[in-house]
Amino acid sequence: MSTQLPQDITTQIDKFLAKFPDDQRQSAVISSLFVVQNNNGGWLSTELMDAVADYIGMPKIAVYEVASFYSLFDLEEVGKHKIYLCTNIACMLRGSKSIAQYLQSKLNIKFNETTADGKVTLKSAECLGACGGAPMLQLDDQYHENLTFERIDALLEELD
Amino acid sequence: MEINKVCYRALHVPNSWTLDAYQSIGGYKVWRKILQEKTDPNKIIEQLKESGLRGRGGAGFPTATKWTFIKRDMPGQKYVVCNSDEGEPGTFKDRDIMRYNPHQLLEGIAIAGYVMGASVAYNYIRGEYREPIARMEAALAEANAARLLGKDILGSGFDMHIHNVEGAGAYICGEETALLDSLEGKKGLPRFKPPFPAAHGVYGKPTTVNNTETLASVPVILETGKYGNYKIFSVSGHVNKPGNYEVPLGITFRELLDLAGGMLDGKKLKAVIPGGSSAPVLPAEQIMDMPMDFDSLAKAGTMLGSGAVIVLNEDTCMVELLARISDFYMEESCGQCTPCREGTGWMARILHRILHGEGSKEDIDKLDSIASGIMGHTICALGDAAAMPVQSFIKHFRQEFVAKI
Ligand SMILES: Cc1cc2nc3c(=O)[nH]c(=O)nc-3n(C[C@H](O)[C@H](O)[C@H](O)COP(=O)(O)O)c2cc1C
Ligand code: FES
Repeated sequence: MSTQLPQDITTQIDKFLAKFPDDQRQSAVISSLFVVQNNNGGWLSTELMDAVADYIGMPKIAVYEVASFYSLFDLEEVGKHKIYLCTNIACMLRGSKSIAQYLQSKLNIKFNETTADGKVTLKSAECLGACGGAPMLQLDDQYHENLTFERIDALLEELD
Repeated sequence: MEINKVCYRALHVPNSWTLDAYQSIGGYKVWRKILQEKTDPNKIIEQLKESGLRGRGGAGFPTATKWTFIKRDMPGQKYVVCNSDEGEPGTFKDRDIMRYNPHQLLEGIAIAGYVMGASVAYNYIRGEYREPIARMEAALAEANAARLLGKDILGSGFDMHIHNVEGAGAYICGEETALLDSLEGKKGLPRFKPPFPAAHGVYGKPTTVNNTETLASVPVILETGKYGNYKIFSVSGHVNKPGNYEVPLGITFRELLDLAGGMLDGKKLKAVIPGGSSAPVLPAEQIMDMPMDFDSLAKAGTMLGSGAVIVLNEDTCMVELLARISDFYMEESCGQCTPCREGTGWMARILHRILHGEGSKEDIDKLDSIASGIMGHTICALGDAAAMPVQSFIKHFRQEFVAKI
C-alpha cells in the first residue's frame, strides 16, 4: 500500500490547490512539499514525494525533479533544526567567514553535516535578502541578523 | 531631501502592516476612487508614463509601456505576477516592503489587474521569506474580508483575486520566465523569448510580470502625481548604517553614503558595486560624485540594476570577492545553455586557483575571454550577470589579480 498523506496535511494542500485553475494542480507542488517536509522532521522521503504526486495527480518523476531542483528541499534526513548561514558577498564583507568558522567549531561539524546528537544541520546559503543586517543566518523559519559570537552562543543555547 | 515617501511611506506608523494603519495614511484611497469612478485604464497608464516609472526588478523597463502590452478587452484569462523573488545578492528592499507595507503592494497589484483586465494575480515570494509571507498572507486576508479584493469589489462588478505563492530557493526563479515555470509547479528554467509573457505567460495566458517595488510604487504615484523618480537603494557592506533608503534617483553616491552613515571605521572607500552583485564594479574615484540613476550609471559602464549598492573599503581583496561572486553564479546557473553552465564553473575554478596563488599569467586573459564568450550567448541574462563582474573587476583591478600570480 502506498503512503497516504494525513488529513491535516491534505487540508492544507487543498488550500494551495484553490489558488490555481482546476486543471493546473501541479502549481501547488512547491507549497505542498513544504508542508509535507515540515511534518516529516525537515526532509522528504521518496514515499512522501510519491504521496504528494498521487494526491496532486502529477507524475512522480515531476515531483522528484522539483524536489531536487530547489535548495530548500532536503532529500535526506536532517537535524531537528536547520541553520543556513549566508556566505554571499554582503555578509562576507561583514565577517561571515569568521562566523562560519565559529559555528563549525562550536557545533563540531562542517557545512552540510549534522551534529552527532541530531540537533542541528548546518548549511551555507546564498544571499538571503537581509544584507543590511549582515552577517546573518536563518535558523528554521527565523532570520537572525547582525551576528556576533555572543549572539551565536545565545542562539545555540536556546535550541531545544 | 525627502526620504521614504513611496513604498516606505508607512514605516513610521505603529503596526504599519495592518489594514487600519495603512488606511490611516490614505491607503486604498486610490483603489476605491478607481473603482468608484471606473477610471479609464488609459488615463492610469498616461499618469504612470508622466511619472517616468521604470521597472525596479533590474532591467528598468518603463512600466507604462509594459502595461500597454495587454489590453483590458482582450478575451480570456489574463494574469498579473508580482516578482518578489528578490535574489540578486545585495538586494533586500522588497522584503521590507512586504514586512512593513504589504497592503500597498496589494493595492498596486490590484490596480495593475484593473488596468490590464486581469482578475487573478500571483505574488511569487522566495521561500526563505517566512516573515514577509506571513505578513502578506495576513494582509491579504484583511483586504479580502474588507471586500477591497475578491469578487465584485465594493459593488464595482470588478473581480480581483490575489494569491501569495512561494518559491523554494533558486535564484534563477527571479528571471521572469523561469518564475512562470516555477509558478506552474516545475523546475525554474528560463524560456526562450519571444514569445514574451505578455503574449504567452503563466499557463500560456497573457501575463504581466512586475517587481514588488514597481507595483508598490503605483498607488502613491497615482495619488500624488509625484515620486515616479524615487527608488529604494539597499546599501550594504562597509558602511556605518547599512539599510534601505528610498530617495530621489540622481542623488550622488556621496549623498547616499552620507545617509548610510559614511564609511565603517573611517576606512577609505575602494570601490562600489552599484546595482547588485551582477553590476560592473566602479572604483571610488569614478563613483563618488556619480548621480545614482539609470542613465548615468549606464553611461559609466555599469547599471542601477536592483538598486543594491555594495560598498567596499580599502581592505577588500577583489580577487576573493570576485571568486565568491563567481561561485554564486556557478551554483545558480540552471545549466540549460552551455556557455553559462560551463563558463561559470570554469571562471570560478580559475579564480580560486588565482586566489590560492596557483594561477598562471594566461589565466587573467582567459577569464576575460570566457566572460566574453558567455556575454549575450545565453537564453536569459544570468550569463551576462556572471560575466559582467569578471570583466569589470579585471578591468579596474587587474594589478590585484596579477599580484596573486
Ligand atoms: C537571473 C535573473 C534574476 C532576476 N531576479 C529578479 C528578482 O529577484 N526580482 C525581480 O523583480 N526581477 C528579477 N529579475 C528581472 C525579471 O526578469 C524581470 O525583468 C522583472 O521582474 C520585471 O519587473 P519590472 O519591469 O517591474 O522591473 C531577474 C532577471 C534575471 C535575468
Ligand atoms: S549577502 Fe548575506 S543576506 Fe545578502
